Amino acid sequence: MWSDVLGHLNYWLAALLLLIGLHGMLLRNNLIKKLMAMNVLQVAVIMFFISLAVKRGATAPIEVHGVTAVAAYINPLPHALMLTAIVVGVSTTGVALALLVRIYRHYGTLEESELLERMAE
Amino acid sequence: MRQLAWLTCLLALLILFYVGDDLPAVGDPTSPASTHVSPYYIEHSHHETGAVNFVTAVLADYRGYDTLGETTVIFTAGLACLLILGVQIGRSISGGRE
Amino acid sequence: MKTPFGSEVLDAACRLLVPFIMLFAIYVLVHGHDSPGGGFQAGTILAAVVILIRMVHGEEASWGLHRTAALGLACGGLVIYAGIGFLALLFNGNYLDYGVLPLPLEAAEVRAMGTLGIETGVTMGVTGVMVLIFDALTTGEPKEEEDVE
Repeated sequence: MWSDVLGHLNYWLAALLLLIGLHGMLLRNNLIKKLMAMNVLQVAVIMFFISLAVKRGATAPIEVHGVTAVAAYINPLPHALMLTAIVVGVSTTGVALALLVRIYRHYGTLEESELLERMAE
Repeated sequence: MRQLAWLTCLLALLILFYVGDDLPAVGDPTSPASTHVSPYYIEHSHHETGAVNFVTAVLADYRGYDTLGETTVIFTAGLACLLILGVQIGRSISGGRE
Repeated sequence: MKTPFGSEVLDAACRLLVPFIMLFAIYVLVHGHDSPGGGFQAGTILAAVVILIRMVHGEEASWGLHRTAALGLACGGLVIYAGIGFLALLFNGNYLDYGVLPLPLEAAEVRAMGTLGIETGVTMGVTGVMVLIFDALTTGEPKEEEDVE
């Protein structure tokens, strides 16, 4: 049973990070903290995907002269997909920060409870 | 509302830890992620594309269309930032010719 | 940033570091084939150069990437990428099929040159967009135009 847990350790840690991010997005009142928790959630998903690509005893996916075995290099496909995911995360953070700057200029606060009060007026 | 949020987090925790057992072990070279398309990329990248870095070959050559979509995404995000914040670029149209 | 950090130590360090960082960005771009790197990484390193200059010298920096040039760079990068794909259509291939471009090289090297072209386009696009996002987030409120009576 312990070998089962240790064999999947990357997945448990990525799930823990995802839950930290989810908890922050749902249960923190400040909008900037919610945004940072969204970033933590994106990093957790990326870490999970990259840990699917590892092979035991293999090296980085850059071809060494003379070694052509498939089992000698890790899987390059999740790395390429996660480059796209990182760029999408950066884009989302940029647009969210622009929205937060507008909200602050208009309402003067970034706390969710005060914001709901001022919007209801 | 906060109770509902805590309940959602607890439910997500239980689902993730229940499903995590069925995933392949980390480092297994016969996992399904490593046995369908990626052996083709590892074996034929250097010969077909001239790239020694497999990740660049996959990203820019075999899957170049996805990278075009990704560049469009970051370009659109930049435009959205400019439009949300009302940034002036260049001479204003209402300035008139001088 | 409206108020520059502007001390002499920062100014000297900035002038010393900027050429090396730009050279490293171009190195990462061109060696994307043989070592870890590529277009996106090089674009963010170049954007870091512009942001460093902007932070040390303030908004009215006399050298650096100004807004119109950054927007032009972003649009130009995307046009280069889509343009190379369209160029492959003109030579009877599929869209983004680099093998049909008429360069006097071997088959694998033609594809490598096509990849270098689109990575350059990606670098220009990412640099322009990062500088634009930084610029948009750090300018102050736009001044209200007064009504002319």
